[in-house]
Amino acid sequence: MKYTATIGLETHVQLKTRTKMFCSCLLRTGDEPNTNVCPVCMGYPGALPVMNRQAVKFTVMAGIALGCDIPRHSAFDRKNYFYPDMAKDYQISQNGAPLCIGGGVEIALPDGSAKFIRINHIHLEEDAAKINHYARHSGIDFNRGGTPLMEIVGEPDLSSADETIAYLEALKELLVYVGVSDCNLEEGNMRSDVNISVRPEGQSALGTKVEIKNMNTFKGIHAAIEYEVARQIDLLTHGGAVIQETRRWDGELGETQSMRGKENAHDYRYFPEPDLVPVELDEETIARWRAEVPELPRARRARMMSEYGLPEYDAGVIAADKACADFFEKAARAAAPVPGKTVSNWFMTEVLRLVGEGGGDISSCALTPEALAELLRLLDAGTINGPTAKELLPELFEKGGMPKAIVDARGLGQVSDASALQALVDAAIAANPKSVADFKAGKKAAAGFFVGQVMKASKGKADPKLVGRLVAETLSNL
Amino acid sequence: MSSEGFDVQYVARLAHLELGDDEARRFSGQLGDILKYMEKLRQLDVEGVEPTMHGHGRTNAFREDEPVQSVDQDLFLANAPERTGDEYRLPKIVEDA
Amino acid sequence: MEFKDWTVASAAEAMRNGEISSVELVKALIAEKNARDGDIQAYLTFDEDGAIAAASEADSRRAAGDTSPLLGIPVAVKDLINVRGQPCTCASKILEGYVSPYDATVIARLKAAGAVCAGRVNMDEFAMGSSTENSAFKTTRNPHDLSRVPGGSSGGSAAAVAGGEAVCALGTDTGGSIRQPASFCGIVGFKPTYGRVSRYGVTAFASSLDQVGPMTKTVEDSAMLAQALFGADPHDGTTALNPVPDFASALRGASLKGLRIGLPREYFVPGTAPEVTEIVKAAIAKCADAGAEIVDVSLPHTEYAMAVYYIVAPAEASANLARFDGVRYGHRSEKSDDVMSLYCRSRAEGFGQEVKRRIILGTYVLSSGYYDAYYGRAQRVRTLIRRDFDEAFGKVDFLLTPVAPTPAFKVGELQDPLSMYLNDLFTIPASLAGLPAISVPAGATAAGLPVGVQFIAPSFADAPLLACARAFEDTMA
Repeated sequence: MKYTATIGLETHVQLKTRTKMFCSCLLRTGDEPNTNVCPVCMGYPGALPVMNRQAVKFTVMAGIALGCDIPRHSAFDRKNYFYPDMAKDYQISQNGAPLCIGGGVEIALPDGSAKFIRINHIHLEEDAAKINHYARHSGIDFNRGGTPLMEIVGEPDLSSADETIAYLEALKELLVYVGVSDCNLEEGNMRSDVNISVRPEGQSALGTKVEIKNMNTFKGIHAAIEYEVARQIDLLTHGGAVIQETRRWDGELGETQSMRGKENAHDYRYFPEPDLVPVELDEETIARWRAEVPELPRARRARMMSEYGLPEYDAGVIAADKACADFFEKAARAAAPVPGKTVSNWFMTEVLRLVGEGGGDISSCALTPEALAELLRLLDAGTINGPTAKELLPELFEKGGMPKAIVDARGLGQVSDASALQALVDAAIAANPKSVADFKAGKKAAAGFFVGQVMKASKGKADPKLVGRLVAETLSNL
Repeated sequence: MSSEGFDVQYVARLAHLELGDDEARRFSGQLGDILKYMEKLRQLDVEGVEPTMHGHGRTNAFREDEPVQSVDQDLFLANAPERTGDEYRLPKIVEDA
Repeated sequence: MEFKDWTVASAAEAMRNGEISSVELVKALIAEKNARDGDIQAYLTFDEDGAIAAASEADSRRAAGDTSPLLGIPVAVKDLINVRGQPCTCASKILEGYVSPYDATVIARLKAAGAVCAGRVNMDEFAMGSSTENSAFKTTRNPHDLSRVPGGSSGGSAAAVAGGEAVCALGTDTGGSIRQPASFCGIVGFKPTYGRVSRYGVTAFASSLDQVGPMTKTVEDSAMLAQALFGADPHDGTTALNPVPDFASALRGASLKGLRIGLPREYFVPGTAPEVTEIVKAAIAKCADAGAEIVDVSLPHTEYAMAVYYIVAPAEASANLARFDGVRYGHRSEKSDDVMSLYCRSRAEGFGQEVKRRIILGTYVLSSGYYDAYYGRAQRVRTLIRRDFDEAFGKVDFLLTPVAPTPAFKVGELQDPLSMYLNDLFTIPASLAGLPAISVPAGATAAGLPVGVQFIAPSFADAPLLACARAFEDTMA
């Protein structure tokens, strides 16, 4: 009997706002415990939540990027349950009227086809505090408590661990691109509850689902899904039944485990949050926020391929990072008539290499798109030669400035005057009779020696192609 | 809507309130009477009637994303029933939610 | 001037004229408190040094030319309003040991105005009650008859003012907790329109109903406090953006002449004590004599208000009180070796009976399967109740009703919760509708027990309401 797996995810994404969802405490990792707190996020008597506009905006922007509908009316609810990482012993979340509805994302399957994974809705809520476990006690740090958390509830459209990771990668790329989250998995910016069930192939009714909560790394999620699917199939094959429960993934042992004794079914007693008034988004606001959603990676790749004549690979590399793509496009447009492919070659082999070596990112280097464009135009026009361009780039990268000014100041312009170069060729030949003899004896490579000499004599500024031609002609006439 | 089947101890568990048997019995009777009183609301037709929460219709009460320096963090920790270092101390939690 | 005769207005004037300093006034208050509170039991804690220091600062401000109306005026604070550095027990054992790290917005505004926080007064635990008998610490007595309750939940506030051991006080009102004790104690108790006064820093009972309000000897005093308290607060998103009225000018020339005053027939029913009915009737006659037009109106859904309230308020409270769990502040049970028992025992040990009852009731009505039938339905009936008022205010300017069915009852007299709840019959509906309402002294029974009357106004008509109340007060002079 063959089985089909069904996987649905609820992905919690920490938004990169400066402050918490319902209070003005700073959001910053690495601070001493319980230093970014106030009566609100500490759940003190009398404290009241106030909505962070930026968090709502980011959630709506993410929804727009994911093709969701943005309803006019949205509201918050209390989700009631007791846990030490919840300062109020209820979480302010959204139950009946979330900020975004529907939408989805396309993933690429191994056979090259595409699959659309639907989203049910996206809602906004607050993150819990952090509980640290020690030998004989547990300790709570409320710094993280109250972080704006966007929950993306996906439909159970996924059928395998690979598809699940592709979905998460697509989400991550998109959310980072739109600028609403860093999606740093190690820091817990993006955690998923994974719901898994299996059913005999052909059966329409879904099987009993098991939930694995709070998973970070894509590797872990992949392994957990593969294990759990296999476990469920094995159970059913041997006549057993899958129990609906929450299980924990043990990465070390490589297995999911039942969370025995845990209250699995919560009665959350949702009711409208009386401390918050509703959110009413008008067309103008939604339009303004829509305008701030950047062109998304897929569309940008396609456009860059057609607009700049880039091959898919180049477009893929450059478009992967929004800042890089912005830089490249500015440079490519300013570099006209230099072809886009030339700009992308230089960008990928030289500029990105320097970025990598420097350890920073494209926005922190001193090189500007205009400087790169100018450099390539100078090269294209023959004003400087290739080696000079290659030498100038690191300097522009470190110190900034515009290449033409440097070329003029230091007289780095390519020497293309044939008579001047001829004089250098003649001088080199006259100074090296042995190499002339070698050439005449059949060592054609000696021509290269003379080219090198002329380049040296010209302090690297000679047009190498012209020098090569002159050397060849002069030698052949000896 | 019914005041029968009102299991006080079950509700007390939801509310994380430990009740003694006498207390539970007493509450059961008192709350049963109160719930019976509430049944009169069933007489009304509320079809199509929107709920009222605050009455003043305000919407979009937002705050800008500007940090305000946390002050007096020690005053918060000073209220901790038990603390270890800078954390609020609890008995060891065996299973992580 | 005997201390008990000071009002906010007269004290402010005397201080302006240099007849008395704030320090002298506060010291006199402390002396009165020490003399009388053994009987009245209104105060829970009193930071005497702190109050004197704040009074001294007020005197300095005055000497430097500050003319704020409330400068140097002592205000007693109901013990659920956070004042930085002070306890805030909410009259509950579960908050023993808690010291507040912040000022409620109402306190910040009073301090900015130069008022002096003078003492923390008793209340029903977490504002749940109508007699102040639910306090975990002491039972406050009605100064007019020490064998009787002062009303609740702001019983300490009312008793301190009525008993001559406070000039004025802050109370809170959710279903009548300012108005009913004001009526029982013979003072003025004003509940503003919902959203007029910030709830930030005021321990929440029922979030969609709670409002802070002044408890004073006169309507003028009430207006002076309201002027400082009113206004939108960025810390409280449920505050309204309506501009703050100018109360002083609204009260100038206050008159009942030409006002249409509605008597909702559902509030004039058998079951109200005869002496109360008599006093209210006399009040109506005074209004008519002063030129008001008395109009018969109906608020047909009044009979459902109590059921709505006792679903909505406990439901919200059950969630608001979940935070009292022994983790971050307050009482933690010694018998807790795991988190679950830490919660269940700390809360069992820390909460009183009425609070537990309401938490359980509130949890139940929100629980799975019951939401639509209880909370969902109740919030819709709330709309019907609100519509009744809106319609009535199409015909009249204000409503006049009794405040409570009886005068102050004896301590220990009402044992059954339901009969206690019926105290709030006349005050609950205005709370549900979010409307401003005020209790003004209207007389006393033969035994000398005060009885107040309630005026209710349309939404945000707080200033006209106080003007109407002022005009009525004049008829009683």
